[in-house]
Amino acid sequence: MPEASGLLRFFPTAVALLLAPLMLGVINRIKAMFAGRRGPPILQPYWNLAKLLGKGAVYSHTTSWVFRAGPIIGLAATAAAALLMPLGPCDAAFHFAGDVVLFAYLLGLARFFTVAAALDTGSSFEGMGASRDVFFSALAEPSLLLGLLAAAKAAVSSSTWFELTGLHQQITVEVWLNAGMVLLFVVVALFLVLLAECSRIPVDDPTTHLELTMIHEVLVLDHGGPDLAYILYGAALKLWLLAVLIVSVALPRTAYPWLDMILAVGGAFGVAVVIGVVESSMARLRLLRVPQLLVGAAVLTVLALMLEFQT
Amino acid sequence: MMRVLAGVAVLLIGGALATAVGRRARLANAVGATSATVGCLVALLPVVGVLASGRAVPPLPWTWNVPFGAFTIGMDPLSAWFAAVILGLSIPAAVYGAGYLPHYADRKLLGPPWLLFNLLIAAMVLVVTAHNGLLFLMAWEGMALASYFLVTFEDEQAGAREAGRVYLIASHWGVACLLLFFTLLGAQTGTLDFHSPRSSPPVASSAHPAGPAGPAGPAGPAGLAGLAGSADPAVEATRSGWRPLGWRARATAGDAGPRRALGPKLTGALFLLALVGFGVKAGLMPLHVWLPEAHPAAPSHVSALMSGAMIKTGLYGLLRAWTILGPPPAWWGWLLVVIGLSSGLLGILYALAQRDLKRLLAYSSVENVGIIALGLGIGLLGLSAGSAALAVLGFAGALLHVWNHAAFKSLLFLGAGVILQAAGTQRLDGLGGLLKRMPVVGGAFLLGAVAICGLPPLNGFLSEFLIYLSALQVFQGSSLSRTSSSVVALAAMGGLALIGGLTAACFSKAVGIVFLGQPRSEAARQAGPPSGLMTAAMLALAGGCVLASLAIGPLLRRLAPVLAIATGLSDGAIADSLGPARAPLASVVGVGFFVLVLVGLLVAWRSWLLRGRTAARGETWGCGYAAPTARMQYTSFSFAQPLTDFFAVAAGLRQNLSEPVGLFPDRASVDTRHTDALRQGLFASLYRGASWGLARLHWLQHGRLNLYVLYVAVTLVILLAWEFGLSEWLGGWWSWLAASLAGGF
Repeated sequence: MPEASGLLRFFPTAVALLLAPLMLGVINRIKAMFAGRRGPPILQPYWNLAKLLGKGAVYSHTTSWVFRAGPIIGLAATAAAALLMPLGPCDAAFHFAGDVVLFAYLLGLARFFTVAAALDTGSSFEGMGASRDVFFSALAEPSLLLGLLAAAKAAVSSSTWFELTGLHQQITVEVWLNAGMVLLFVVVALFLVLLAECSRIPVDDPTTHLELTMIHEVLVLDHGGPDLAYILYGAALKLWLLAVLIVSVALPRTAYPWLDMILAVGGAFGVAVVIGVVESSMARLRLLRVPQLLVGAAVLTVLALMLEFQT
Repeated sequence: MMRVLAGVAVLLIGGALATAVGRRARLANAVGATSATVGCLVALLPVVGVLASGRAVPPLPWTWNVPFGAFTIGMDPLSAWFAAVILGLSIPAAVYGAGYLPHYADRKLLGPPWLLFNLLIAAMVLVVTAHNGLLFLMAWEGMALASYFLVTFEDEQAGAREAGRVYLIASHWGVACLLLFFTLLGAQTGTLDFHSPRSSPPVASSAHPAGPAGPAGPAGPAGLAGLAGSADPAVEATRSGWRPLGWRARATAGDAGPRRALGPKLTGALFLLALVGFGVKAGLMPLHVWLPEAHPAAPSHVSALMSGAMIKTGLYGLLRAWTILGPPPAWWGWLLVVIGLSSGLLGILYALAQRDLKRLLAYSSVENVGIIALGLGIGLLGLSAGSAALAVLGFAGALLHVWNHAAFKSLLFLGAGVILQAAGTQRLDGLGGLLKRMPVVGGAFLLGAVAICGLPPLNGFLSEFLIYLSALQVFQGSSLSRTSSSVVALAAMGGLALIGGLTAACFSKAVGIVFLGQPRSEAARQAGPPSGLMTAAMLALAGGCVLASLAIGPLLRRLAPVLAIATGLSDGAIADSLGPARAPLASVVGVGFFVLVLVGLLVAWRSWLLRGRTAARGETWGCGYAAPTARMQYTSFSFAQPLTDFFAVAAGLRQNLSEPVGLFPDRASVDTRHTDALRQGLFASLYRGASWGLARLHWLQHGRLNLYVLYVAVTLVILLAWEFGLSEWLGGWWSWLAASLAGGF
């Protein structure tokens, strides 16, 4: 694939920015179907964002500028991470050796400031959410990097440096035939990471606000108006990016760029459907079980890595 | 070199003057701080010169009538890299100290701490410039003693005395190993001088533009061949590789024939001695036990200097020792990787469990030294496998992290000092909401915390990124075996990612509990901003963190000659290996800029949206409960509890819980304390064993003077007999022993 020139290189980023909230709409529709409801319109997340952007804001007396910086830095870092994610036949806007590390750390930057903003309110609810968020993400981060390392080892020829775009373009049907087990492990592990990072069932329940089980929802309890819109949009963007990442490992490239594009975008919404099915068919895990799930994901990636290096 | 010495002289004279003015506290403070600043500036100029040019300053070989000693000091880029950390950090520390120490003026003399502070700087400078083993050891010991007296500055507190004692003992364990190290090495080579490989003008270090455009092709493989200990003497002679490194005796003898080879077993023993001796100072696990005691006890500007610069002298020592010892076998690298990972993981887990800010920072120093050791270990593995790229990237990441850690850790320690003086406590659970009381300090601390978490776009990320890149070198078809490369990748990527996540947890806790939320004590509520000098010093260091991330390209260029010494590879091989890392680093900085631009846009958009709307102030939402108190907030302990529970065995938490029982429950209590498992488990039992063993010798010490005189007399008689022939008689026996020992090695 030749290097896209000019503004065209930002195409994957633009698609991510546009379609990310639609993922939430799809998930909600699937959940509604399972529950036998009609469900909200599929574009409802966009209307929600628009409504929030039109509101005023309330800031607690306790808070400082860090509280207001949290949503902004969170969204900015996530959007910057979107620059690194390729989509189907299109290379990412920026791709370089080790960009996956920057990707993971940009999500870390977003988390750091979200957590700081939560602690700024002085509420023990939000302290609790912050504490759990840093815990689970610390366990999820190694799986993300190691999983991609294993997938890259399976797919990327040894003469090129490992980068997200390179990985993305080199997973073909042959790679799946040769190292299907490795890639399968990686896909499962990445899906678990997605569930934890995006606070979906069975790690967290995105529909509850004030039970003691929540993580991400309570983290942002005090934000409202445009700040909350930034946060929700950032969360949707993160969901989109991780879904695209999974699709890029899970679906092999074809010979036709247009088919790749359809597969990539369709695959991302396919991940949304799977999330909806998972959320409809199981309950949230007990909090003490969540680390086991994440350690399981890490074990899967280590296994994949060992398989790949031994074969 | 004269300018460095002039700087040292300014430091010593200024320190002495500050002490001499006695009780006039303000004068002593002014003299001390000024002399420290001026002395460091004077000495810093030639250091910058060496780094800028990449050329070593020829050593000054002054004769010195101490056996085996020579007052040889010189500066090659490796020395300069560390000297720059020491001097560059001492200046803000001194400025900060000028604002910090007057706090003690009513109960302490201010002259002596300044004298000791200056002595500490001078000793550290001497450590990294000494080119003679004896001089090095004396400077090393001076450094330990000066910092010991600074650690026990508040000697009216039992904690400080205890910390000093632990520190002194640990230091001397290190010195004992180093003494043995230098003695063995000197015995093998016949001199205690070490020679810089770059003492003669370098061939091409500054001549060619480092970068992808640098001389490629033949230089790389040739460098590798020299590295792998190729038998081709022509290749080796052209490289400033291992051969000219190290000791003068070897260098001169080397002209005539092959140098006297140190056997692999002896080299291994020397490596272990150096690792223990220098590892104590660097704070590598399990030798770190003194660090979380000593660093918090010292005045904060000294803590900053100790954590930022002094522990780095241990790493300098390791690097220098490796250049002397020659090509590393693989097990050195593996050992370093294991030590680095365990230091990193355990260090940050212990930090997470701390409830005292300075102790938390001290444990995080252990973690960062672990990351550096991991980078060095990967580098050594690369050297042993002949993979220049792996070696160069690992060492580059480690050396860059030395600078970066110096900047952000000292910034955080200075911030901790501000809090200590303003709120009178280091206890995290007595703090809170300080960002509003001291916005500038809080902002700088927050920046330091982001940097130390290795989050982009700040400098901490860049050095960790280089270490990640070295792990990714596995893809470049490095010459490591399959198993080795998978283990390296697993250890480095997985380990660094886990460490990164835990560090983010640890420092979001530190920032969140100390600066955000509501004040948890009256003292924290009353706290005010510090003096201008202290703020200025912190801002300078914060600026350093930002600058180090922006100037990554020039920094890498300065790093190339340093790497040439540390790895012994040719300039061309280093440029070839660093070249591919430049574009990613530039992209990282570019994406960082993008984040900043986006932040600006989003801020503007939000204020545009909120224009004309109500942005009300209210209470924090507490489910309708409108009277939350500061005590209801999450505490440092509750924040870290899920993590410390999950890693309870490693984090060393012990809990004594007496639950309420029965229908009319009596008192219930819970008491959780953090114990350093290595200190309690390993060293405490070692020392119990030692004191048990020594107690068996107690009969020798009974207080009867006449018998003591007898001991003296017997010793003298034996010595006389030795002088008059016993030595020859024993000599034969001894040489047999020595021969069999040497044969063993």
